[in-house]
Amino acid sequence: MYIVVVGGGKVGYYLTKSLLEQGHEVLVIEKDPRRQTILSQELGSMVLGGDGCEVAVMEQAGFGRADVVIAVTGDDEDNLVICQVAKGRFHVGRTIARINNPRNEKIFRRLGIDVTVSSTEVILSQIEQLLPFESLVHLLTLRNVGISFVELEVPAGSPAIGRPLKSLGIPDDCIFPLLIREGKEAIIPYGETTLQPGDHVIAVTSEGSESTLRRILQG
Amino acid sequence: MKVVILGCGRLGAYLALRLAGLGHHVTVIDQDPAAFARLGDDFPGRTVVGTGIDEEVLRRAGVAEADAFIAVTNWDNTNVMAAQVAREILGVPRAICRLYDPLRDEFYRSLGLETVCPTLWGAQRIEEILYGSATAAE
Repeated sequence: MYIVVVGGGKVGYYLTKSLLEQGHEVLVIEKDPRRQTILSQELGSMVLGGDGCEVAVMEQAGFGRADVVIAVTGDDEDNLVICQVAKGRFHVGRTIARINNPRNEKIFRRLGIDVTVSSTEVILSQIEQLLPFESLVHLLTLRNVGISFVELEVPAGSPAIGRPLKSLGIPDDCIFPLLIREGKEAIIPYGETTLQPGDHVIAVTSEGSESTLRRILQG
Repeated sequence: MKVVILGCGRLGAYLALRLAGLGHHVTVIDQDPAAFARLGDDFPGRTVVGTGIDEEVLRRAGVAEADAFIAVTNWDNTNVMAAQVAREILGVPRAICRLYDPLRDEFYRSLGLETVCPTLWGAQRIEEILYGSATAAE
């Protein structure tokens, strides 16, 4: 595959190296001349100097025959424009944008970018899983359908304790496929199952119902 | 009309003062609070400090309730992103953005954005003057 990476910072550099090791044809575009010199010493002719937001530079980089364009500059607006022009003008099959402000993810998707990668969000979800005080942990998010697998701990004072699940008013777009009791027992819950303090509930939920779930299970 | 202007540079400030002078409700956004000095002491509109590609900042400036949004920072990509957020996410009826790059201007116009390209206009006007005077000299 021919892959163009725009932005030769740390992310762009390691990405380019990994893609080259996987046997792809890769070109990285970097606008800062100093950075470009450093990259060229490492990556040789795989580096093109110039502003990757400029249509002329895109042409020079061969966007027209690129299978994938990956925009990983530090500015969300630049990554958006690169991907939009790549898709709209050069008909690149797949465009991937790095986003720095997690809120922009929704915006990018609405504006037609195929895939977004938010380093902030990746780090955040890792931290959520490591820190005990986060009450709702995202295990997996299926962005295209707006569904997440989450884990919630039922605290001692929870209003849900001792009541059957079916009476809790759990939203329709939300199911509990698994319950983990005392960190070792896996229970497949049904409507009559009651929760105990310290239970971990694994839920499949729409993004919109996350806060309702939190309220029902954690008060 | 309620108008929100992003970018309080020469064009943004000039436009804000003109539109306010015509009786419109104008809000100006800029990431540098010092830029609002260009509006003078008597500017009747609102000012909001923040970056224009942040949905939150645009909401705070009232873009969702505005009749028009105008993006005139010095950065084409910021303008183009802000105008799209204003139109597609916040539903503003008119979103106009300035693009210095004629190629980006052409592309985003083809996507349906309302754009202004001073490079193109400047070049065309200079050619008119040039050929106009050349004809006169002949």
